Amino acid sequence: MTGAVGAAAQGLVRLPVWRARFVLAALLAGFSALVLRALYLQAVKTDFLQEKGDARYSRLLEVPATRGRVFDRNGEALAVSTPVKSIWAIPQDVALKPAQKRKLAALLGITTSELDKKLADPSRDFVYLKRQLPPDTAEAVIELGLPGIYDQREFRRYYPAGEVTAHLIGFTGVDDTGQEGVELAHQDSLGGRAGSRRVIKDRLGRIVEDVESIRAAQDGKDLTLAIDSKIQNVAYNALKGAVAANRAKAGAIIALDVRTGEVLALANVPSFNPNNRTRLSGAQLRNRVITDLFEPGSTLKPFTIALALESGKVTPHTTIPTAPGRLTIGKYTIRDVHPASTLTVAQVIQKSSNVGAARIALSMPREAMWDFFHAVGFGSVPQLGFPGAAAGKLRPYHTWKPVEQATMSYGHGISLSLIQLARAYTVFATDGELVPLTLVKSDAVATGERVVSPQTARAVRAMLESAVQPGGTGPRARIMGWRVAGKTGTAHKQENGGYAAQKYIASFVGLAPVSSPRVVIAVMIDEPAPPHYYGGEVAAPVFSQVMQGALRLLGVPHDAPLEPLEPPSGAEAAGEST
Amino acid sequence: MAKLNLLLLAVLVACALGLVTSQHKGRKLFSELERERDRARELDIEYGRLQLEASTWGLHSRVERIAAGTLGLRTPDPRTVRLVGRESGR
Repeated sequence: MTGAVGAAAQGLVRLPVWRARFVLAALLAGFSALVLRALYLQAVKTDFLQEKGDARYSRLLEVPATRGRVFDRNGEALAVSTPVKSIWAIPQDVALKPAQKRKLAALLGITTSELDKKLADPSRDFVYLKRQLPPDTAEAVIELGLPGIYDQREFRRYYPAGEVTAHLIGFTGVDDTGQEGVELAHQDSLGGRAGSRRVIKDRLGRIVEDVESIRAAQDGKDLTLAIDSKIQNVAYNALKGAVAANRAKAGAIIALDVRTGEVLALANVPSFNPNNRTRLSGAQLRNRVITDLFEPGSTLKPFTIALALESGKVTPHTTIPTAPGRLTIGKYTIRDVHPASTLTVAQVIQKSSNVGAARIALSMPREAMWDFFHAVGFGSVPQLGFPGAAAGKLRPYHTWKPVEQATMSYGHGISLSLIQLARAYTVFATDGELVPLTLVKSDAVATGERVVSPQTARAVRAMLESAVQPGGTGPRARIMGWRVAGKTGTAHKQENGGYAAQKYIASFVGLAPVSSPRVVIAVMIDEPAPPHYYGGEVAAPVFSQVMQGALRLLGVPHDAPLEPLEPPSGAEAAGEST
Repeated sequence: MAKLNLLLLAVLVACALGLVTSQHKGRKLFSELERERDRARELDIEYGRLQLEASTWGLHSRVERIAAGTLGLRTPDPRTVRLVGRESGR
């Protein structure tokens, strides 16, 4: 007992052993619960928790990319994207007083009933009220402080040259992607790729740290086109004037630099304003240079003659019997406007004789003719990278009947685009080489593909020069100070499987200066109103006007005496039936 | 032993403060960089807008209209023009 008494006396009480064990067990249980919870949070729910944590301060930012700009060869802007704002709303959150509604509608430029209609459906949680507003108008809307109405930054494309370059440049849709023309053709390089990155933001919304770049934004690349906007402007205005003066349905023109194969100008009438496309008709959108086909008529004769010269069957001085100005093959009769008994090969071009061209064509195998037409690019899509470029129709030669071979010699029964025709004429401008074309600026001299010998090309060029002299069909194409060569065409239009009697396509293709050709221009006028419908009357003056402007702007030296041209002797000579 | 511990503690505190300062500096510089990037973007957009404006004011049809109308200019007669250049040599 002394022990117990001793302990008690010292203030010590002996406790039961189970109490200590109980506390220990309780602590152990508590700790294991903590460990298990920690394991659960760290291992099982870690993703969820990490995400929740990140959401407090890290933000995913969209990095916008701007679309590349389009320039002409001298660095003048032809298409530029600039930011605008779109106003959108969550209909359910919008509560407007009548006065606010009127104010908002006025700022957005819509009526209040239109606004009501847009906000009518409460189940939608995103409605554009107005897209692409100028930034200051959008700011005024946001400053009204209306609930449920927000703004969003977007880009809008502007085309300063408007209708002048409309068909070449094309346009973009509301989401800034290309839909027509160069905008569509070069969508991959022009269109940027928006990126995104994760950042940490502080309480005030400032970015304090870049966590990671998920995708780097890639701005679109700028594009410099081959066209010269001054020549383009001259071309468009001359064409527009001619289409109006001749009450024609449409017109098209293209100018090429022979040395580089660059397209200096490309215009269509009727045109449209790419900045405001609310009312567009199909006719306005048609690109008659590249995507439309037509029967070229007499402008094709030089190729028939070139082939005949190349094959050695004729020389420029060989005489061809053309009496009595008619040629009957089967039940078809080919006619000349100016019947002559005999013409030299050169005069066939100068006077644009169908009978002469047909006789020359019939002396050659149809296979050779097909081969040659194919070699100058007819019937195959020009390698331009332009959307919708037409290949033209050149039927296989084994289906040709003799009369078809004859009509094809003067450009009927074959169809092609104006750009194919212009490109084919580079053969006569370069001493026999077909030049590849490009819409994009290139400083390199183009390497052509030899199609005919230099002698043949020069001989045809000389004939083409005589065709624009008084006595030829196209004297109105001449320019003071430069020697010009070219060929007129007046083709009956095809309609419902036959040829329309009073509908024509007047065309002119030519080159200058003859001593060292630099520019090829092709003009096409669709349905000029009689009495003036010959290529020499309608299309040649446009050629002359644009060629003069182009040569002046390019600084091409004169190669002819600077004397006023004698006016052509009446409309008589311009006459031709294809 | 205690002395060494105290020394290490002092070093530790110094390092910690250094870390905080450098982090703060880094963030400040970063926000500055961010601001400059924004400015670069704004300037690029402004440049585009100015290019657009230059193109619009310099439209050839407008230049032509003003030259021919207001200023009474005209294309010179080719006979009164002399071309000089490497190619022509005249």
